[in-house]
Amino acid sequence: MATATLAAARPILGGRRSDIRSIVFAGILWACLAAACTFLFFVLAVIVDKGVDRFDANLVNRPPSTIRPATAGVAPAIYGTLWVIGMTALIALPLGIAAAIYLEEYANPRRWYNRLIEVNVQNLAAVPAIIYGILTLAFVVRGPISIGAVALAGSIALALLILPVIIITTREALRAVPVEIRAGSLALGATRWQTVWRQVLPAAVPGIATGSILALSRAIGEAAPLILVGATTFITFLPDGPLSRYTVLPVQIYNLVPQDRDAFRDLAYAAILLLIIILLAMNALAIWLRNRYQHRW
Amino acid sequence: MAAALTAHRRRVGERVIEAVLFGSAALSVLVTAGIVVSLLAPLGTFFSHVNPFEFLFGTEWTAAFGNKASWDDKKWGVLPLVVATFMTTALALLVAVPLGLGTAMLLSEYASRRLRRVLKPMLEILAGVPTVVYGFIALTAVTPLLKPLFGIPELYNMLAPGLVMGFMIVPTIASLSEDAMSAVPAALRQGSFALGANRMKTTLRVVFPAALSGIMAAIVLGISRAVGETMIMAVAVGNLAQLTVDPRQPAQTMTAFIAQIASGDAPVGSPVYYSLFAVGALLFVITFTMNLASIRLVRKFRQAY
Repeated sequence: MATATLAAARPILGGRRSDIRSIVFAGILWACLAAACTFLFFVLAVIVDKGVDRFDANLVNRPPSTIRPATAGVAPAIYGTLWVIGMTALIALPLGIAAAIYLEEYANPRRWYNRLIEVNVQNLAAVPAIIYGILTLAFVVRGPISIGAVALAGSIALALLILPVIIITTREALRAVPVEIRAGSLALGATRWQTVWRQVLPAAVPGIATGSILALSRAIGEAAPLILVGATTFITFLPDGPLSRYTVLPVQIYNLVPQDRDAFRDLAYAAILLLIIILLAMNALAIWLRNRYQHRW
Repeated sequence: MAAALTAHRRRVGERVIEAVLFGSAALSVLVTAGIVVSLLAPLGTFFSHVNPFEFLFGTEWTAAFGNKASWDDKKWGVLPLVVATFMTTALALLVAVPLGLGTAMLLSEYASRRLRRVLKPMLEILAGVPTVVYGFIALTAVTPLLKPLFGIPELYNMLAPGLVMGFMIVPTIASLSEDAMSAVPAALRQGSFALGANRMKTTLRVVFPAALSGIMAAIVLGISRAVGETMIMAVAVGNLAQLTVDPRQPAQTMTAFIAQIASGDAPVGSPVYYSLFAVGALLFVITFTMNLASIRLVRKFRQAY
């Protein structure tokens, strides 16, 4: 909607075109964008260049090794990432979508507790990731729950981290469903929940899916909170359940940093390449979903 | 909006569902409470051994050195960590503010819809690269580039990770500022054009001031993200807690200290274990204040039109 009004605001003749200063100004704006894009390409080029050497079968099949880094892999971290992210999705998606439905479809915004929840969610979205690690360390790894430094603890930390992101994107998706759909459903005698479950949610699924994929891709790349909840352990076995000791790809990469030998650097860059490929694939899926299923009401 | 439409039939099941949904939403408040409790609870012990004044204004931080069980052989002045945090943040803003605002103006006032559809996903990718990867890039690719240019003495320094973090924040500032500028009513632009201003003057003198509170909110949120960024700093700044404002020097940020202690062995109940929570609490207070300021500024620009 905003774009339509904007397009109308752009005049065919944007003032004196020959004005040298405005040409320079436009050039500067383009240069800003070009600088950001150049940096992105630089990063991707470095990763591909340095990561492609060790991007082989050993990377995904072998455990890490301090003795033979040239043939070592990151298999435990790959399994760990799958377990941790799978459980993160199971915890964060239902909770986040339910909270968003409440805030968007049920909550009366004039009530103080609903306003508190709103501001609180916005604030949580900007709390540093590492703070979620401290929270999980104090309550889940030790403290009242005390399950120890296991994969489930990592999932809980990441789920709390992406919960506000899922709530915010799901609310946007719900808000995009026109009020007439709800009015029609209610007018036909459906209850409020029937309206939400059979009309609003199905219409919002593409938006919710896009937001959820982007939130999960953030969780896959996140290392900071997991450092506090036990992912830095050196393990050579494959994590096999929620209560298994674990590590994940980004933390495995972080652990390879202090190693000086080139073989470790190569392994780290190969792991980075793998991580980036996974994330780019998820991003592409999210963008495709958004463009393919975006409703124009 | 939907709250105005109330179905007249009330069933028990409906009530239960509403209660479950409310519970999920209320959980977020519990999370905040949990954060506050988990950070505050260990502070009592910490400040019974460390003078709060010494903590906030002391200029030496040696928490990771000496006897692990002793409080007395260490210096607990957090300033070196705080100064390093704000140094790297300032370096990041040097990159992120001009590039972010320039990109936002381009996307909002100059670019066509098609161009925007290509560029926005690219910014999302820039924001989506894991920060540990940026840290690795800063250490192994950017530092070697900057070394001869600025005469960086060692491998670790604040300059490279600070600048790399700046690029990481560009999408945050660009997309929020663009939202703010797009929300400026078209009538203001039309008025400006009608008075003979060209697009540059309209952008700088009409749209930019009108969107200023939203742009400030974007920058404040960018600062908050930079202050809380952990992995770039843990990888590339050098874990050396020294008080310096020379960006070529290694240092240690608040977040990097927490990461260093957490990834090494900090025995539960040891002084350094408690200091982790004290630094975490300070970090939370700083970012929390900024986040609330940002939320307020956003409200202001939403109300204006």
